[in-house]
Amino acid sequence: MRDDFINARNLKLWPNLGMRATFGLIALELAKLDEKLIILTGDVSTSAGLDRYRKNYPEKYIDVGIAEQNLIGIAAGLASEGHNVFTTTFAPFQTIRCLEQIKVNLGYMKHKVCMVGLASGLVLGNLGYTHCCIEDIGALRSIPNLSIVSPADTTELAKALLEFYNSKNSMYIRLTGGSNVPQIFDNEYKFKLGMSKTLKKGDDVAIISTGTMLKTALETAEILSKSNISAEVINFSSIKPIDKKKILEIGNKFGLTATIEEHNIIGGLGSAVSECLSAESSKTKQLFFGIDDKYTKGGEYQFLLDKFNLKAEKISKMIIKHLK
Amino acid sequence: MNLDEIKNINFFSKKIRSKILDISLEAGASSSHFGGSLSTVDLLSVLYKKILKLDSKNPLWENRDRFILSKGHACLGFYAILNELGFITNDELTLFEKNDSFLLGHPVLNKDKGIEFSNGSLGMGLSLGVGVAISLKKKKSNNKVYVLIGDGECNEGSIWEAAMSASHFNLGNLTAILDNNNLQQTGSNNEIMSTKSLDSKWSSFGWEVINIDGHNINQIYEAYKFETKKPKLILAKTIKGKGFSFSENNNDWHHKILTKKQYEEAKKEINER
Repeated sequence: MRDDFINARNLKLWPNLGMRATFGLIALELAKLDEKLIILTGDVSTSAGLDRYRKNYPEKYIDVGIAEQNLIGIAAGLASEGHNVFTTTFAPFQTIRCLEQIKVNLGYMKHKVCMVGLASGLVLGNLGYTHCCIEDIGALRSIPNLSIVSPADTTELAKALLEFYNSKNSMYIRLTGGSNVPQIFDNEYKFKLGMSKTLKKGDDVAIISTGTMLKTALETAEILSKSNISAEVINFSSIKPIDKKKILEIGNKFGLTATIEEHNIIGGLGSAVSECLSAESSKTKQLFFGIDDKYTKGGEYQFLLDKFNLKAEKISKMIIKHLK
Repeated sequence: MNLDEIKNINFFSKKIRSKILDISLEAGASSSHFGGSLSTVDLLSVLYKKILKLDSKNPLWENRDRFILSKGHACLGFYAILNELGFITNDELTLFEKNDSFLLGHPVLNKDKGIEFSNGSLGMGLSLGVGVAISLKKKKSNNKVYVLIGDGECNEGSIWEAAMSASHFNLGNLTAILDNNNLQQTGSNNEIMSTKSLDSKWSSFGWEVINIDGHNINQIYEAYKFETKKPKLILAKTIKGKGFSFSENNNDWHHKILTKKQYEEAKKEINER
């Protein structure tokens, strides 16, 4: 698949639009390149940034209405006939609403579909927890034959979408962040399923993050450096498969590891990391930053991130406390 | 359909019922979904002998029709037919529900053996059928998609999501066959979850509904042949456990072990009928 649409112009444009609108623009590019492409939504073309796509490529667009079980079934039926199928709706509806359809159709039967979960994590906190998604990674991680990716920025989103074409498995792409997602990766960045990316080397603490929390991880390292604490920052956008080798290296090198995710601390990235660490001899203690297994009163995105200690200031304070 | 053809199909159905007995006996203590398989036999016999375009020597043939057993527990008759038509060998048929077998108590996707999808969790097959039917339309294929569902299965909301979408997408190439034997796992439809009028429900969802006796070979054939631009629902009144006096309309036979004695009685009954 050609990737020349990941160019300087777009890398400048996309971060200002956020993940969802960028997905819509990338879909327009994929439609030009992929004869077999079909994108299905559950009455969310606007939210998914797909209105232009819907208008320009009606033959490659199917709206199944607000019916996510049917969404996955139809997607699997189309995939079985050789189409390249993407589905999208808001993350809770894209994942746990139709979890058994995902298990049977994509996991068990291995029909290959790329699911794009919109506005996962806490970004829709003012709408309440029906629309937040802090459970998707945990639920999907237990289904075999399914990859889970949470891109850190729009560059990585584009690269992950292209990686789907090389993957033999279905993929869940978990979109987090608001309508403005700071760019971290340039066009040289190579995304590969199952590989982590170390953005900053360090000696005192390892900070592992997934999704748009990478920006927070980098800010945390910056704050820690002012206290002469040297933090290593590693992007784990690929949650399944996971870069076990890197996790074991971290376990052997660092006395303290922090995992940061916009997800319940049960079942998400932190759990995946600790599953690897606990199976091997490791000297690291793990701090789990995420949602502490509760539904609170809602509120706007930054408010909730702060409430759950997912801001760099709070994370760095807790790391310093544990290093003492 | 002339009388000879009807006779031939009846003979084929008899063979399938006899084979269901063999598989059930072979399953031994693991038991099998006996009743709900027997209610589908005549519907499947006509479908496989007279309607579906298939080639057991070329199971992946692009121009084949697609069949999905959405009520996947009714796999005994399905496997027996795939065996009769050469998709599954006699040796393979003895592997039913055995360790490490590909032939489990619910179908597992195996296109080489004529099994298009894995089924077993109810309410999922019709959505798959909608997806395949959309694809065939896009490919301008004349092939058709057939999905066999149960009346108990219509308790699942996902059936109605799929039903609504089939007419929305104008899927004239999709036929659902509803095995309306009036019984589900632990009671009648009316006791467990009343389906009330399935006919008017499916009609109001935009389907062409054809009511038939699901054991009348000619009616089954005519229903399959009936041409319509809408998705088609063949509402087949059937008898759970059809074919053997001990199992007909007896819901104890939903999922049960067939003893050697019952097996012999049933074999005798088949030969006498």
